[in-house]
Amino acid sequence: MRTETILNRWLKVDPRSGRVPLKEIPRLAYSEWYDDLCQCLHEESCHVASYFGVPGPEGLWLICLVMDDLEGSVRIASYRYGRGEQRVLPSVTAVHPAMHVFEREITENFGVSFADSPWNKPLRYAHDRADWLHTMNDYPFYTIEGEALHEVNVGPIHAGIIEPGCFRFICNGEQIVHLEIMLGYQHRGVERLMRETENRLRQAVLCESIAGDSAVAHGTTYALLAETLSGQTVPETLEIERAIALELERIAIHIADTGALCTDIGYQLGQVACEALRTIVINTTQAWCGNRFGKGLIRPGGTYYPLTESLNERMLQNLEEVRRRFAEVTADLLDSASVLARFEDCGVLTCSQALRIGAVGMVARASGLKRDVRATHPTGAYRTMSHEPILVTEGDVFSRLKIRLEEVMQSIDYVRTFVGRWNEGREEVARPDYTSPWAPSSLAFACQEGWRGEIVHVGMTDEQGRLAAYKIQDPSLHNWMGLALAVRREGISDFPICNKSFNLSYCGHDL
Amino acid sequence: MLISKWKVWRSHGRQFIPDLQGVRLPETFRGRPQIEGPVPKLLAEELAQWCPVGALTAEPFTLDLGRCVFCNECAMRAPQHITFTSDYRLATTHRDALILREGNPDFIAFDEDQVRDCIHRLFGRALKLREVSAGGDNSTEMELNASMNVNFDFSRFGIDFVASPRHADGVVMTGPLTENMARALEICYNSVPAPRLLILAGSDAISGGLFAESPALDRRFLDRYRVDLYIPGNPVHPLTFIDGIMTLLGHYERTPWSEFQ
Ligand code: SF4
Repeated sequence: MRTETILNRWLKVDPRSGRVPLKEIPRLAYSEWYDDLCQCLHEESCHVASYFGVPGPEGLWLICLVMDDLEGSVRIASYRYGRGEQRVLPSVTAVHPAMHVFEREITENFGVSFADSPWNKPLRYAHDRADWLHTMNDYPFYTIEGEALHEVNVGPIHAGIIEPGCFRFICNGEQIVHLEIMLGYQHRGVERLMRETENRLRQAVLCESIAGDSAVAHGTTYALLAETLSGQTVPETLEIERAIALELERIAIHIADTGALCTDIGYQLGQVACEALRTIVINTTQAWCGNRFGKGLIRPGGTYYPLTESLNERMLQNLEEVRRRFAEVTADLLDSASVLARFEDCGVLTCSQALRIGAVGMVARASGLKRDVRATHPTGAYRTMSHEPILVTEGDVFSRLKIRLEEVMQSIDYVRTFVGRWNEGREEVARPDYTSPWAPSSLAFACQEGWRGEIVHVGMTDEQGRLAAYKIQDPSLHNWMGLALAVRREGISDFPICNKSFNLSYCGHDL
Repeated sequence: MLISKWKVWRSHGRQFIPDLQGVRLPETFRGRPQIEGPVPKLLAEELAQWCPVGALTAEPFTLDLGRCVFCNECAMRAPQHITFTSDYRLATTHRDALILREGNPDFIAFDEDQVRDCIHRLFGRALKLREVSAGGDNSTEMELNASMNVNFDFSRFGIDFVASPRHADGVVMTGPLTENMARALEICYNSVPAPRLLILAGSDAISGGLFAESPALDRRFLDRYRVDLYIPGNPVHPLTFIDGIMTLLGHYERTPWSEFQ
């Protein structure tokens, strides 16, 4: 209701049919846009899903999408920044720090300056950035003078088999005073490749590779967006199958992360038990679609891998086995004082911090902030179920572990429910469709709750119905700042478990 | 407290796979594609046009396994000509062996003569590797981790991933090699004492894969150094990785699929 009055100049879109003709997107003056946005972001239920620039002949067109969790809607408005304009815009980040990632990206890619931006540093050193004078080697790390302080650099290459990113700590003895995270090493130019190809199979495969551990989540988001642009509706059976795949992905990664947390504190029993359980889950996905990460499974309009009764039967059997054994692992972890001692009160991200940095997904829920698009902006099979997100309030490493422990069980229940619904009314599922025409000159968006959190894709078409712009938001984009805040005042030796408890994506951030 | 541990341990049972070479992946797994010719020209052109990574050429009909992302589109469009077998033994020492043609034998050739002399002699009994992800999407990275897990337990053969290049005998690279990562990779590679191995894991690493045309890559590093092993996959399956390293070290022999199956 409140957004109704605050954002009355903004276009309201129902996320289920998330498509608008470009000419209907309200174009406001920056001051109007700025006032509306600053005001609405004071509401806990509102956050920015996407805010990006699209270059055109007359200059830059900046489009912003706000999600309203109470209303279950998305609001859109835009402003222009003329070619060659030297105007310095007041920064929204100065009021709402969560906006920093968006403004930093706009400054980096297009050279727009925002006045009073507290942290206007390069975001990812994109290959097509405006400022070529600066490179990764001269990143302006924050420094503090003081004889008692020293700096520790970790990365870009880390000790384990993980993706690259640079962590610069300022420490007082063993204690972390400040952590700055510099990313960009994984930048592959995904958004550019998306708009440069007309081959929608290639687009689908690219989206599966945005973050390989979220192949199903990003793949589904793309498929939804493509279907929105072509105005297609898919059979409920297919929606259910996609939801099953998404929940399997969540189960697998949450179990893997539980194991990884055990590894980092040297608790081998928990580690090996989780490794074995994850194997069962991803091998179930492999038996279904031939790939342990679900690559190839999700395609727009249809699928090459319809579920079958025998697959379902095996899946449920495997999941029951996982449920039983994971319950034992959970009971054991909660009963082990030496495990709890490492996790409790470590790496706290408070609810107000989470809100201020715009945290999403399980990281937000572990800090007591209810952000889950399965509940607020449901699509597909999630529309007809009532999903109650699991919330934990402490915001420490243990909370993020607990969220995982409980979400695994919740997702196993969901898969059971979905399979039941799948059995009730089976419809024929078509093969993938890469050719139905897309609405020309339109903007479409889609969102999904991946295991990390809210994934948002926005696509814009030209007069011929080809992709002219594609914007990807991985939950990691927001949550990295959460990690930097959470480790303050922790011992530097606790950094690995803090980091693991967030388990953010580098490539999803760098794109 | 002890009871809860005993319960986990009892359910866990024995997880490691005693005979890794005895494992057969399910039929659905997409491993080595088999091409049945002749593929009609028109069809070949259609397939080449749809392939998301340009791994197919129409005339003559070839499939580059170093580019292929195993999306299965070509096999779905021309099932009579292309089938993905569950043969996971894909690694090879030379790039050409990954260009598959009609009437190829039913396995990926592995040429022993291409293996540098020092490899068997120095690393045959223990090999320590440093992994560098240079734009990898974290799926191959997770599978490399998995090859050391409780199921595959690759380190039983004296092969392991280590934290520092100074402790390593070679580098495994994943990802298409982004420009932003090029310098760090080269520093890391040069920190490994010579003679050092260079292994490329995943289609992205071998050819740039999906990202081959991206201006955000800088793959010149690969022009300067010799690659010892190419391991295709999207992502690389742990068994593909294990088989590749074991074959490189001379412990496994590449046999025809008809015999192996
Ligand atoms: S399976 Fe490989 S060769 Fe076939 S279309 Fe897909 S990427 Fe191309």
